[in-house]
Amino acid sequence: MADGTSIPIGVMTPRKSAARKNTLRAFSQRKSTIGFLLCLPLILLIAGFVIYPAFYAIYLSMLNKKMTAFVGFGNFTFLLKRHTFQLVIFQSCLFAVTSVVLKAFIGFILAHLMHNIPGTRQRIWRGLLLVPWVIPLALSTLTWWWMFDPSYSAFNYILNELGFANVPWLGVGWIARFCTITVNVWYGTPFFMIMYLAALKSVPEQLYEAASIDGASATQKLFFVTLPMMRNIISITILFSLIVTFADFDIVRILTAGGPQDMTHVFATYAFQVGIQSGDIPLGAAVSLFMFPILAFAAFFVLRGVTQRTKEIAT
Amino acid sequence: MSATTRENGRKAAVRRKTSLHNQRLWALWGSYIALGVFAVMFLVPPFYTLITSLKSSAEISAQTGSPWLVHHPTLENFWYLITYPNFQTYYLNSTIVTVLVVSVSMVISVLAAFSLSRMGFWGSQSLSTGVFLTYLVPPSLLFIPLFQIIGKIGLINNFWCLVILYPTLAVPFCTWIMIGYFSSIPKELDEAALIDGANYLQILWKIFIPVAMPGIIAATIFAFTVAWGAFLYPLAYLYTSNQMVLTVGIISDLIRGDVFQWGKIMAACLLASLPPIVIYAFLMDYYVAGLTAGATKG
Repeated sequence: MADGTSIPIGVMTPRKSAARKNTLRAFSQRKSTIGFLLCLPLILLIAGFVIYPAFYAIYLSMLNKKMTAFVGFGNFTFLLKRHTFQLVIFQSCLFAVTSVVLKAFIGFILAHLMHNIPGTRQRIWRGLLLVPWVIPLALSTLTWWWMFDPSYSAFNYILNELGFANVPWLGVGWIARFCTITVNVWYGTPFFMIMYLAALKSVPEQLYEAASIDGASATQKLFFVTLPMMRNIISITILFSLIVTFADFDIVRILTAGGPQDMTHVFATYAFQVGIQSGDIPLGAAVSLFMFPILAFAAFFVLRGVTQRTKEIAT
Repeated sequence: MSATTRENGRKAAVRRKTSLHNQRLWALWGSYIALGVFAVMFLVPPFYTLITSLKSSAEISAQTGSPWLVHHPTLENFWYLITYPNFQTYYLNSTIVTVLVVSVSMVISVLAAFSLSRMGFWGSQSLSTGVFLTYLVPPSLLFIPLFQIIGKIGLINNFWCLVILYPTLAVPFCTWIMIGYFSSIPKELDEAALIDGANYLQILWKIFIPVAMPGIIAATIFAFTVAWGAFLYPLAYLYTSNQMVLTVGIISDLIRGDVFQWGKIMAACLLASLPPIVIYAFLMDYYVAGLTAGATKG
């Protein structure tokens, strides 16, 4: 309220000041009304297509397949007993955790390499390395599928030239899991690289100089200067990427559609198969809702990290 | 005596300097080589897309020679797609959806960000937190209830449903970026304008938008990326080819049963990736700045 209210009141006569107060109150009231009106489209959008669907999802997940009777938590217990769904839980976690760890690690290395080279050339290299992230994921996954194709595989050609046997890329469970993770790492690493590069640039050069004078080695500088300074941004990026990767749909859907023998299904693709393709909407909604606890957990920590970060910058 | 020690000292200094210089040089070249290796790995799929798109169907199925080389380059795939009515429809639909989504999202998020960064009203703090949390909601969480809702509104298999739904994915982050940019504008600027008798919309239009232009560009690129590349919603809600957008259209139209027209699919991927690549090539700096600011700033 420091915007318009800090007018010296003592200068005016009492009656005038009362009138002034009223107009001021009216002014600030009008201001907050306009503020609310400007936010109204946003509020309506979020309420109508995020909050309402979220509650509707909970309601839907408690109906039977024909959506005629209320079954309580029946869908959830049914899912937990199914072997396929147990596989889905395991695979989603494996997919998300492995991909995020690899992305964070490679992204960290790339950011350091990038930080070493002079600024003018950085732009070109950054542009080249950002390409995977710029192409729409659904389209680049199609290319990966084509490269993994069993009869025309471009990778198998190289393996054959080097004297190895063909690999059934998407035909065997564990190899197919490896392939989906590879594609995700390929797509997501540039994001980590940019975030870490920005964080590296914000570490003050004096800290490194001070560490050098104290005789710190390169690894010591990494562990005692770089990592502590980047800790917050690292955790925000990892948690954010965890949410996105955990809820990923495009890669698995296009590359394997969940096969072979449901060994690559993740929550999103399984929900799609059950809910949209097989038409069991309540069960599909239940599958999606299983993602919620993990997403909420990650979201809580992201939010905490971001508010901390804001405070750090403010002070 | 003193002359020699000074001489020695200078020599040592020179030696140390050159060894440091050498070290730096090695680090630099090492970085270039490592980055080069990564760049090659990252660019293999786009390169392979290009190679395949230049091959005729006969050459792809012949399987003679390396698949990594193109022996008889031809543009027939591109020509086929450009003259193929369905592909034209997909491109047009994608363009309409994207333009509408970007404009709607930007209007909503700029107004909201202006209000949230300057005009505190009851609950505005929790609303900004809520906006950030909405940004973290992935599309795959709510697509099934939305399927029902879209069905009730009667927009199933109609690309207008995407115009309604995509802003839910784009607006939260755009608002978040814009709040960051707007908050960094000094308060004196709008106070001065208020005293001069400007109203709020004039302040927004004449001061905030011009000053926060980099943020607006970043948010626009984000909205564009979402609207152009999203896959789950169109796959779930559209099923006839006159309504499809590029991402689903390419997959469902060019893959018929077990027949894969890979040359055409890859050419289509290339044509569909062209707008994002062109936009990023010119405006990457803005986007990167906005993205990093979005995660680091309030």
